[in-house]
Amino acid sequence: MSFYGLVDGTETSLKKYLGSLSGVDQVGADARAAMLATRSIKTTSKRWAIDTAISMVDLTTLEGADTPGKVKALCTKAVRPDPTDATVPSVGAVCVYNDMVEIARTHLDLIGGQHVGVAAVSTAFPSGRASMAVKIQDTKDAINAGASEIDMVIDRGAFLSGRYIEVFDEIVKIREVCATKAHLKVIFETGELVTYDNVRKASFLAMAAGADFIKTSTGKVSPAATAPVVLVMLEAVRDFYTMTKVRIGVKPAGGIRNTKDAIKQLVLVNETAGPEWLKPSLFRIGASALLNDLLMQRMKIDDGYYASPQYVTID
Amino acid sequence: MEEKLSFEYAPAPESRALVTIKPKYGHFIGGKFVAGSKHFPTINPATEEVLSQISLAAKADVDAAVKAARKAYTTTWSKMSGKERGKYLFRIARIMQERSREFAVLETLDNGKPIRESRDVDVPLAAAHFFYHAGWADKLEYAGLGTTPKAHGVAGQIIPWNFPLLMLAWKVAPALAAGNTVVLKPAETTSLTALLFAEVCQQAELPAGVVNIVTGDGSTGALIVNHPGIDKIAFTGSTEVGKIIARAVAPTKKSVTLELGGKAANIIFDDAAIDESVEGIVNGIFFNQGHVCCAGSRLILQESIADEVIEKLKNRMAKIRVGDPMDKNTDLGAINSKEQLLKIGELSAAGDSEGAQRWSAPCDLPGKGFWFAPTIFTGVTQAHRIAREEIFGPVLSVLTFRTPQEAIDKANNTPFGLSAGIWSEKGAKVLWASQQLRAGVIWANTFNKFDPASPFGGYKESGWGREGGRHGLSAYLKGVSHE
Repeated sequence: MSFYGLVDGTETSLKKYLGSLSGVDQVGADARAAMLATRSIKTTSKRWAIDTAISMVDLTTLEGADTPGKVKALCTKAVRPDPTDATVPSVGAVCVYNDMVEIARTHLDLIGGQHVGVAAVSTAFPSGRASMAVKIQDTKDAINAGASEIDMVIDRGAFLSGRYIEVFDEIVKIREVCATKAHLKVIFETGELVTYDNVRKASFLAMAAGADFIKTSTGKVSPAATAPVVLVMLEAVRDFYTMTKVRIGVKPAGGIRNTKDAIKQLVLVNETAGPEWLKPSLFRIGASALLNDLLMQRMKIDDGYYASPQYVTID
Repeated sequence: MEEKLSFEYAPAPESRALVTIKPKYGHFIGGKFVAGSKHFPTINPATEEVLSQISLAAKADVDAAVKAARKAYTTTWSKMSGKERGKYLFRIARIMQERSREFAVLETLDNGKPIRESRDVDVPLAAAHFFYHAGWADKLEYAGLGTTPKAHGVAGQIIPWNFPLLMLAWKVAPALAAGNTVVLKPAETTSLTALLFAEVCQQAELPAGVVNIVTGDGSTGALIVNHPGIDKIAFTGSTEVGKIIARAVAPTKKSVTLELGGKAANIIFDDAAIDESVEGIVNGIFFNQGHVCCAGSRLILQESIADEVIEKLKNRMAKIRVGDPMDKNTDLGAINSKEQLLKIGELSAAGDSEGAQRWSAPCDLPGKGFWFAPTIFTGVTQAHRIAREEIFGPVLSVLTFRTPQEAIDKANNTPFGLSAGIWSEKGAKVLWASQQLRAGVIWANTFNKFDPASPFGGYKESGWGREGGRHGLSAYLKGVSHE
């Protein structure tokens, strides 16, 4: 494999590649993210942002208590988020555990949701603590069941102890399993990587290894998709594009619960990576509660008043 | 077919209705607004709309103001305990916070700076200066400036148009805390927030004559500088005027502090965090349209990263939102005056004719008002005028260096020495460079950070004395050596 000509697959070349990255100044990154959070998005641009955000949602349920019934309900919501308004776009995908993939895919197809993807969390999500054989099988199972997107976690233990080549090889192997059948999203769990330098390093590592998307978090660790972390990842995909002319997607997940947060994410995309990234094929938001807040804000713009939460469906 | 994507931000204007601007203003003398005789217009530089008529103070007005200040000093302010003075300063600070939106809107209308900056920087920092100095008022004996520090008496203060309210706060707060009374003159083009501040003084029931505000142009400034009834002069403005003031006060007993021009070097080493450095460059030169005496107007860039940084910088500059200063999403507002716009244009033309390469961010500039697109010149050398003279606008000169010593030599090769920036992830290099640079304020991995507790001021032709912190306080006290 060529890895965009950036690394040749050896540890030496990977170390050289990662060593060439500039550092991230935490204070500066925090300040830039805070400044962009002051953007005031109103009226027509707010309406546009809400619909765009809806189409980018990876509607997620990742609970031990998930059942076929719960997943089917989620799929119905994903296809038609607002049953009273057909102009509301479908979400980008539903995101579920491995064993729920087939149920989700079948149900989506049944209700006319062929255009909505099914993302499966993989590689011993959320901890990533399993053997490579298990991780590969986990991914194969999901793809065989009809997953069109694989959200894999990296081995943070390996990353934090400097065994970057192990993390790289893992991504390469899962990339091979996905082949052309599924999009690969690589989850860093930035709350465990902690520093922005690590986030930048992980971003470049995953992109060279073949990720289609880089994703902040599992949603099981806090902090998750903070604005500065997403900023650093957006800078990484922008710079990677300069190097390779390939656009890698970004998926913040965890902690984005309301419309304001989602619009702040879109502003970050717009002013960092650029408007080219403002589409579901290059930006997704992993969320569950967010969708209903987007719907309520949308209704507010159209109707001029806030409706009771009873006017949006709980799932 | 790829859909063309764009995320247009709808206009998000702050409400102009928050302020009431009178058609005509007088001076604030002895606690009262008094009518002026001659007037001149003050305009909104973003629209050229006349906002109000400002009085041009003549000798009689300045005499009256100095007299009121002297009376207040002798009868009230010098007799009052520091604790009581502090109460007034705290009260002023709180009222400024309460009326912060009003101040921000008025500042933006009169000055042309973006509402985001007046709202998030100018006004909160101005209030912070009053809070900070309020705390000093009853602790002067413990400031390490001698056991019985004493006020000068009447301070004459002349401030610039780039940060009208903030510069007022830098001047008035320490003067009052130290026990002086003041006669202050705001800049000709930006008097409105100072006049609103006069209302705040009334609201705070500050004793009459402690703060006097006379408006006018350079002739009014000269009357203050040369007034025999004034004990101390504090000036912020151009080096040219600073020299005139220095000459004027030299044969007198007046004490003086000058905060003048700058041509700050912003040095980026190859081991810097590049994206944050680019932000620092943008903040350094495009903050407040570059109307900042400590602006990082000379980018001194290590040659090995020059192409990468310049490409990223151009990319970033293309995202700067230029336009209506009242829009909450505007990053770069209007140039403060036609005169300043001409000066920026003249120096930029010199850059072209001396062989530097100009690049301006693509942006639509409004038809009315005074505007200048964010601009960089590459291929600049030490000998270019745009590397030596203060442009005081959104124009950056880019120079390169090969070794750290060369960066320092270039940075120090200027008659100015107000500020400098250093960008490197190597702590030892930052400390070394900061010891070599001859500038009053040195920022490491940041730029344009201000705090009332931090002394600010220049080396060489950038000025005398410091403002802010204990050092700034000492300038308003007698018999204290000025470090």
